[in-house]
Amino acid sequence: MSRRIVGPFNRVEGDLEIKLEIEDETVKSAWVNSPLYRGFERILNGKDPRDALVYTPRICGICSVSQSMAAAEALAEAQGLAAPANGRLMQNIILATENVADHFTHFYLFFMPDFARPVYAGEPWFGDIAARFKAVEGTAAREILPARAAFLHIMGRLAGHWPHTLGLQPGGTTHAIDRAEQARVLAIVAAFRRFLETRTFGDALERVIALKSADELRDWALRPGPAASDFGQFLRLAEALSLDKLGRATDRFLSYGAYRQDGGHLFKRGVHAGGKNAALNVADISEDVGASWYARSGGPRHPSCGITVPNADASDAYSWCKAPRLAGHVVEVGALARQLIDGHPLLRDLVKASGGNVANRVIGRLIEIARVVLAIEDWTRLIVPREAFYIDAEMPAEAEGAGLIEAARGSLGHWLTIRKGRIQNYQIVAPTTWNFSPRDSAGVPGACEQALAGAPVRAGEKDPVAVQHIVRSFDPCMVCTVH
Amino acid sequence: MKASGKINRKANGTAPGGSHKRTLVWLQSGGCGGCTLSLICAEQPDFLTVLDLAGIQLLWHPALSEASGSEVRAILDSVRSGETPLDILCIEGSVVHGPNGSGRFHLQSGSGEPMKDVIAELCRLAGTVIAVGTCAAFGGVTAAGENHVEATGIAYSGSVAGGLFDPSFRGRSGLRVINISGCPVHPDWVIETLLQLSLGVFTEADLDSLGRPKFYAEHLVHHGCPRNEYYEYKASAEHLSNLGCLMENLGCMATQVHADCNIRLWNGDGSCTRGGYPCISCTEPGFENQTHPYLETPKLAGIPIGLPTDMPKAWFVALAALSKAATPHRVKANAIADYIITAPSAAKGKAPK
Repeated sequence: MSRRIVGPFNRVEGDLEIKLEIEDETVKSAWVNSPLYRGFERILNGKDPRDALVYTPRICGICSVSQSMAAAEALAEAQGLAAPANGRLMQNIILATENVADHFTHFYLFFMPDFARPVYAGEPWFGDIAARFKAVEGTAAREILPARAAFLHIMGRLAGHWPHTLGLQPGGTTHAIDRAEQARVLAIVAAFRRFLETRTFGDALERVIALKSADELRDWALRPGPAASDFGQFLRLAEALSLDKLGRATDRFLSYGAYRQDGGHLFKRGVHAGGKNAALNVADISEDVGASWYARSGGPRHPSCGITVPNADASDAYSWCKAPRLAGHVVEVGALARQLIDGHPLLRDLVKASGGNVANRVIGRLIEIARVVLAIEDWTRLIVPREAFYIDAEMPAEAEGAGLIEAARGSLGHWLTIRKGRIQNYQIVAPTTWNFSPRDSAGVPGACEQALAGAPVRAGEKDPVAVQHIVRSFDPCMVCTVH
Repeated sequence: MKASGKINRKANGTAPGGSHKRTLVWLQSGGCGGCTLSLICAEQPDFLTVLDLAGIQLLWHPALSEASGSEVRAILDSVRSGETPLDILCIEGSVVHGPNGSGRFHLQSGSGEPMKDVIAELCRLAGTVIAVGTCAAFGGVTAAGENHVEATGIAYSGSVAGGLFDPSFRGRSGLRVINISGCPVHPDWVIETLLQLSLGVFTEADLDSLGRPKFYAEHLVHHGCPRNEYYEYKASAEHLSNLGCLMENLGCMATQVHADCNIRLWNGDGSCTRGGYPCISCTEPGFENQTHPYLETPKLAGIPIGLPTDMPKAWFVALAALSKAATPHRVKANAIADYIITAPSAAKGKAPK
């Protein structure tokens, strides 16, 4: 039995350290630590409730709009406010743009470069992968930076800028677009779609999202267009390295539902376990601090009455991250969870065969890129210029609200209490808080901790490459996690 | 120390195309990573092309580099031992001193050392230190509220000189810390600073009194704002999404805030005020702790307190009264609408149809 500490972890947003216990060239146990605490929940105490829209996006520079959207929803609930149709469409477009840009950036800049490491130099696919995906030097980075930047022009056009966009409000959005801007947004999306269809997928997005099973995906990836695409290259190496056998966690999934429309969501809300969907009971959510550097608060608490008092000397603690649980269970969140709960047949089939794992998380993310880009097109067409995008309303002096949304990395919740016109309590449970949770009071490891158990360690490896793949398959956002 | 152009050129190495590549290490501490994410939105050219052009060798960047774990520690150890010279050190995020000055709120992963100590050691070894973003420059949002994490910038704590270092701190090149403030930074602010450093033309004289590059800090956010006509007539928006000036009722600080956001534009053609949101002064020290809600304009006897600093208040009041009286119907009507309801006349003297 040997122990080692892996860190700093790069190409992960924020700070992450992992302690591994290794035996027989296999990870036996993992302890995931977020070693940075900034204390946003405490910063917000006593502030004007509307100021949450200035502070909470700054929890994270990679998913700032998601934080903004969750805050706007929590405030809207406190105000009893619903955005007009245009405002809701604009919020969806703005949030979707960030989520798509995040998945895209993750695939090309954060995840794929690990397959261009020298440890894989002997593999038959290595030459092509290294030329395309090597960090900084590969051709992909040079191509995707301009494509990503051009796509984010949607943010400049609709909401001023990104990150730390301020245009999302409880009552809609702050900039009413006209027909010319509507056309411009469609043009920006079309250009990005062209990049995706040429380089990422090698096929029309409609054909990508219509894939129904693992067999169909395998056949599709052999066709000339897809085979030469970046997704096609990933699918080949995923098969060669058996990435579907790597990084399985609890196979219990959660989604708050993504992109509100017509009383529901584009992607359904719910829980998925044992191959079946079940309804989400929000009251079942709790946060445990048994292994976290916080003052003990008498057992797990629902976030609406959560407490955040840092204590660097807390006994048995090893992370600034709290441990969220759903009815006491560890759950996994993210694009795979969303697509599974929404019932996408391909992801249902893949998870049925091999569960949640490195390969399926990445496939879930790429299928979601295709689905959401098509949705952005639809929402943009549905905007009716010269009708309302925003409604104004008073902020009550006494109120509560919760904003439950889906960020790229999974379920994000803000819980807010207003007393005497000021924020009395503000609690945030971020996607990576779920996925990179430490152990709870019962000693149960979090999702990534469970996914790391069983990871192979090659002879002489200081920073096992399998550990890197598993960690990055969740696309962790550690600055959100602890906030 | 006064850095002459000659000394600076020598200290900064050779010009682009020369044999020596400038080394750059990028570290993140008490921040959100947003400045990096903004930086990779750079266009014409993209950030990686800029690095090539500027002859900069990225020793390590947390979002972009391949090296992870022990490989990163080896790179940093090589810099710390003096084996690898460090020309440029970029710090993103504030320096976290808490709790009680221990730095335990941010320990470097893999080493367990307080990040504030790692940053301090590398700053002393670096040719030029760049604080990227308002957190690293002045403390930023991480220092908001009661600042129980004890966050500061590298060379400032709010607008007070002295953060991790006292004001006498200089990089090996003789330059003080370059504060590219902004929450987040505009990608071009970073790129143009790096390019000027590589050309050897960036000197202390290019920094304003708060250490910010003058090329963007000598402008006001107000400059180039498309709402300027509304400002001229004090035709004000009543709520968000209205087209009018955001200064009188909605807390916009653009007339006092140093940055070229409305000249240079963001993500194609955006800015906060173009997106319908008031300027919250994110390039200024202390923006994280306003004494008023961000969406409200503090007033005294109905007159905003935060008027342009270089204009006598009495003149402002007199001019505002005059211009309000002279506001054309078109401007007054559009100011409280979400879209243009009254267009300018098609020709002089001719009423719009």
